[in-house]
Amino acid sequence: MALFDIQDASVQYNGHAVLNGVSLSIRQGEHVALVGQSGAGKTTLLNLLYEQHKKEIALLPQDLGLVQTLSVFHNIYIARLNRHPAWYNVLNLAHPMQREVAPIREIARRLRLEDKLFTPVGELSGGQRQRTAVGRAIHQGSSILLGDEPVSAVDEKQARVILDCIYEGYETVVMALHDVTLALAYSDRIIGIKDGRIVLDQPSSGMEPSDLDDLYHH
Amino acid sequence: MSFIGIAVFCVLVGDLEISTLDPWQEMGRMALGAVSPDFFTTENLGRAFLNTLAFAIIGVALGSALGFALSMVFHNPGVRFFCAFIRAIHELFWGLIFLQAFGLTPLTGVLALAIPYAGIFAKVYSEILDESDQAHLKAAPEGTGFISFFLFVRIPDVWAHIKTYTLYRLECGLRSSTVLGFIGLPTIGFHLESAFKQGNYEEVAALLYLFFALIASMRWWMRPKLVPFYVATALFVLPVGADISMVNVVRFLTEDIVPGPLRWVESYNVDTFYIFGQWLRVVVVEQALPGIVNTVVLTMIALVGAGGLTLIFFPLVSAKFFGRWPRKAGHMFLVIMRSTPEYIMAYVFLQLWGPSMLPAIVALSLHNGAIIGHLIGHHADQLPARADAPKGLNLYAYDVLPRIYRQFLAFLFYRWEVIMRETAILGILGIHTLGFYVDSAFVDIRFDRALVLIVITALLNISVDKISRTVRTRLRLSRSPDIV
Repeated sequence: MALFDIQDASVQYNGHAVLNGVSLSIRQGEHVALVGQSGAGKTTLLNLLYEQHKKEIALLPQDLGLVQTLSVFHNIYIARLNRHPAWYNVLNLAHPMQREVAPIREIARRLRLEDKLFTPVGELSGGQRQRTAVGRAIHQGSSILLGDEPVSAVDEKQARVILDCIYEGYETVVMALHDVTLALAYSDRIIGIKDGRIVLDQPSSGMEPSDLDDLYHH
Repeated sequence: MSFIGIAVFCVLVGDLEISTLDPWQEMGRMALGAVSPDFFTTENLGRAFLNTLAFAIIGVALGSALGFALSMVFHNPGVRFFCAFIRAIHELFWGLIFLQAFGLTPLTGVLALAIPYAGIFAKVYSEILDESDQAHLKAAPEGTGFISFFLFVRIPDVWAHIKTYTLYRLECGLRSSTVLGFIGLPTIGFHLESAFKQGNYEEVAALLYLFFALIASMRWWMRPKLVPFYVATALFVLPVGADISMVNVVRFLTEDIVPGPLRWVESYNVDTFYIFGQWLRVVVVEQALPGIVNTVVLTMIALVGAGGLTLIFFPLVSAKFFGRWPRKAGHMFLVIMRSTPEYIMAYVFLQLWGPSMLPAIVALSLHNGAIIGHLIGHHADQLPARADAPKGLNLYAYDVLPRIYRQFLAFLFYRWEVIMRETAILGILGIHTLGFYVDSAFVDIRFDRALVLIVITALLNISVDKISRTVRTRLRLSRSPDIV
């Protein structure tokens, strides 16, 4: 039984086709990388997937969706707002409780953000913000993660730290990645998108980065 | 261009006469008073200041709370119209209404401020929330409750903006609270009016200087953390809710404001409606129409006047035109012009020149010109300058003016509705705008008539607001300046 199932989907923005007759199914437990040029339709495809399982998905959007004036702690805490009553959330907004801080501090430590735990996100660098958003996704503890270029603002070493954290915590991962080396290293299935169509869909084992060159050339 | 044309036409039909016998002598006495303020003649001066502060604090706090609640449902067209309506009625009119229902009680002053402010807050808060970054709205997981979502996701990034705006409104609240004294509430305005009436200009000057000091010092004493303390103290100073005669309230609501011909009528028949029609015709034709004409005439002159003064004022505070010290003096001048309530300014000119439109026009142009001039001056300084830019008048005409012109128009049109509201209210000083007829109706104890006129005034304001928004969109001046 497929977890995600899309049949012949087309999406248009202002009369311009972004996705064109895409069919795709993804099973539980798969690690999928979406690769292709920017503007190829990866984000739109991720949005379609998100609509199918809103409740079980942790989302890592390209714009990160961080609240700039709240601290790293609070931005990560947001992931579990739906698990607590409002009064408990309000209490933690005013005065973070130890039983909430401890697990979040641990996530921050793995993402090397521990010293910034109570710094407002607006004061952090691009890479630190991206790690905060990843921390939120990890803390959400759902079974599926959809990520849209979550490591675009960090160097490769940091990217590997972040991706290790993500793949450790999630059973099913679908992620748009422009870095083909990382895509091949972390996923077991590669889906190549070009001009709104799926032009490649195969297991990543045995593939070389050069096999994906076609996706990036006209 | 067409606006200037309209204004020239209005000047021709407007009544601009100076009718006092010797304006110079009176001016001399005022100037003398201004340099020799007397801080000790006013009785209960401390109490009047406390009251002014307390009315402003409770009124703005209540207005901000109500406005915040309304901003949650502001997308509903009914709520939107309701808010437009309550803010279209000036706080002095609200004051006159509540004075009849609740008498000279603290509740009258508090509601007179809180109700129109709630309408303003609702609109601005909702704009602030809408304009905030939408990117993080997907941050919270599905199933997050409304309150948690609101507090964690929507509010934090706009909190600073909301705080600044609310504090700015408190400054306006202090002005409004002072002006409410002119209709009898025990604020500084009350003492100002009696001092003016007696020609006691040393006392007038003292009161005005203290008022400026209060406004200028706000940034030192108005700390967000102290707000609960201030509200509690204010409630202690003004026991809101005490001494209210329910009989009065009920009579006002069920009898006084019911149109005369329909009052105490046993059964409605064609005759009653005929008499009611006659009554309404008299109110509309003999009072509302001339009132509307005068209000519009005065507003248009004042709008163009404010525009003209803005273009003169803004270089005074811009680093592009003046050095440090002249600029400081310019700032000082604009601060005084914009923190003096236009009502009081008009009152002063009225003492000088006698009743005509002139005092109101000058007061409104000065006050609004100073406000927009301050904002435009700031805006002009943000413009990048080229190193080889011309200087002085050439710089003004060929570089700065063309570049700030759109922003200037945006601010001016944004201010149009405010000027119209003020114009109506200046009628209380004897200029025959709508406010004059409203005030006379209150004086004649004809509350039914007053209410019809107030509703007409509100509708006039709402239409001007609509026109101004249409003009702004047509000129593509969509960016709404917040602190205007």
